[in-house]
Amino acid sequence: MPVTNKDILHWLQRSTQVLHENNAFLTQLDSAIGDADHGSNMDRGFSAVITKISGMQEADIGTLLKTVGTTLVSTVGGASGPLYGTAFLRAGMATAGKQHLEGAEIVAMFEAAVEGIKARGKAQAGEKTMLDAFIPALEAGKQAQLEQVPVTELLQRMAGSAESGMKATIDLLATKGRASYLGERSIGHQDPGATSSWLILQALADTVAS
Amino acid sequence: MKKLINKPGDVVREALAGMASAHADLIKVDLEQQIIVRKDAPLQNKVALISGGGSGHEPLHGGYVGYGMLDAACPGAVFTSPVPDQMLTATHAVNGGAGVLYIIKNYTGDVMNFEMAAELAATEGIEVASVITNDDVAVQDSLYTAGRRGVGVTVLLEKIVGGLAETGAPLSQVADLARKVNSQGRSMGMALTSCTVPAAGKPTFELGEDEMEIGIGIHGEPGRRRTRLTTAAEITEILTNPVIEDLGLKAGDEVLAMVNGMGGTPLLELYIVFNELQRILQGKAISITRSLVGNYITSLEMAGCSITLLRLDKQLQKYWDAPVHTPALRWGR
Repeated sequence: MPVTNKDILHWLQRSTQVLHENNAFLTQLDSAIGDADHGSNMDRGFSAVITKISGMQEADIGTLLKTVGTTLVSTVGGASGPLYGTAFLRAGMATAGKQHLEGAEIVAMFEAAVEGIKARGKAQAGEKTMLDAFIPALEAGKQAQLEQVPVTELLQRMAGSAESGMKATIDLLATKGRASYLGERSIGHQDPGATSSWLILQALADTVAS
Repeated sequence: MKKLINKPGDVVREALAGMASAHADLIKVDLEQQIIVRKDAPLQNKVALISGGGSGHEPLHGGYVGYGMLDAACPGAVFTSPVPDQMLTATHAVNGGAGVLYIIKNYTGDVMNFEMAAELAATEGIEVASVITNDDVAVQDSLYTAGRRGVGVTVLLEKIVGGLAETGAPLSQVADLARKVNSQGRSMGMALTSCTVPAAGKPTFELGEDEMEIGIGIHGEPGRRRTRLTTAAEITEILTNPVIEDLGLKAGDEVLAMVNGMGGTPLLELYIVFNELQRILQGKAISITRSLVGNYITSLEMAGCSITLLRLDKQLQKYWDAPVHTPALRWGR
């Protein structure tokens, strides 16, 4: 079963809800190594997204995701706004005109998103950022695609790898973003950006599974 | 959380509305777009200066909009970068045809959002130059960090470069002077207490009664190390020595010295720090020829201070002394 534009809408709604529920948790993570605003910024951004896409039931996936991207850029601020905004814009470009996505298209969509985050943030794997959730997820997605597993399982594996990647950020030394100012003291804390990235990927897996 | 607010979500908007009415003679505030613009903007054939960043550092940046300083400021949510839409709207509001200079403090979010705004402005054919301030010696400038943070020098830069822009100098000269000011100034800060982001509701970090945090930035983020609280004399040494060393200051040099409060420290204590700073510099035969003491770039209600030294020459001194009339800085006019 491919992922439909309705699934994408439901995913965005679920992400909004999950980010709202985790507002305080994300902010708590950000207090330890950042500036205590990641939860409220993501919550504010996705609330705006829900309003923006409320009338877009018939829109194709590319249009939906591009709308998410521009809305996040306009409302989130901080580093998360340009990074998530660019990720969704690139994902939208990769899915332009599509009403549904097969496994290979899902992987291509995430590949575009990851390339966008790398370019905007001038970052790579292992720097204690959202990429440490996204890159393992993308790799798991590629592997799952090689094995021709069903889309639901592909997404579960991606979310699972994002979660492991997120947990692995605890031991990483931050070299990008505000946490990098802490040097060695950034070790021992889970990265808030990797955490919101996992929440969003898990929301997609859960949406398509249900 | 004990704060003089109505609702955490309304803090920035209501403060902007207050600024608009308090300083209606100097600034216009667009509450919808969340930008502060100089009253007489756009000024034809004058390079326009725009800065911005998270709220919570007042008077930076909105308090520096006016004659001889900024043309516009874009405040974000508390400690959160503003968004490209704000910067682009501000660019349209102040562009008088001579180009626009973005003054950006070196934080990942600020840099990325201004970068996106500059890309958008360029597609419209507006000439934009950007300068990034990164004067905080507490951060190692290496491949392993996001680079030094922009702190105290930003205030001095906005004043000095604003002075030059007022003379009608072209964008390239204005941008060059901005880079020069940034390269000649360094800062270091410390905290006695943390601060509370209104939306978070509790202090960003905890500091014991007998502890202080050395090398803090301006966002309530922890610093480089936590040590036992000591005297103003010793704290001033701890902050000043790395600044002197990094700038390579030597006997005979002249500096502008700023002792900046983080928001929760009384002027009485800031003057004690200035006195110690004067003593340290005098001991090295470095003369303070210009000074600024007060709350100029803050971190909400954090107690603590930062020290900024800017190596002065005739050009920098001339534009520092030039008239300025903004809500937070005014002389000569």
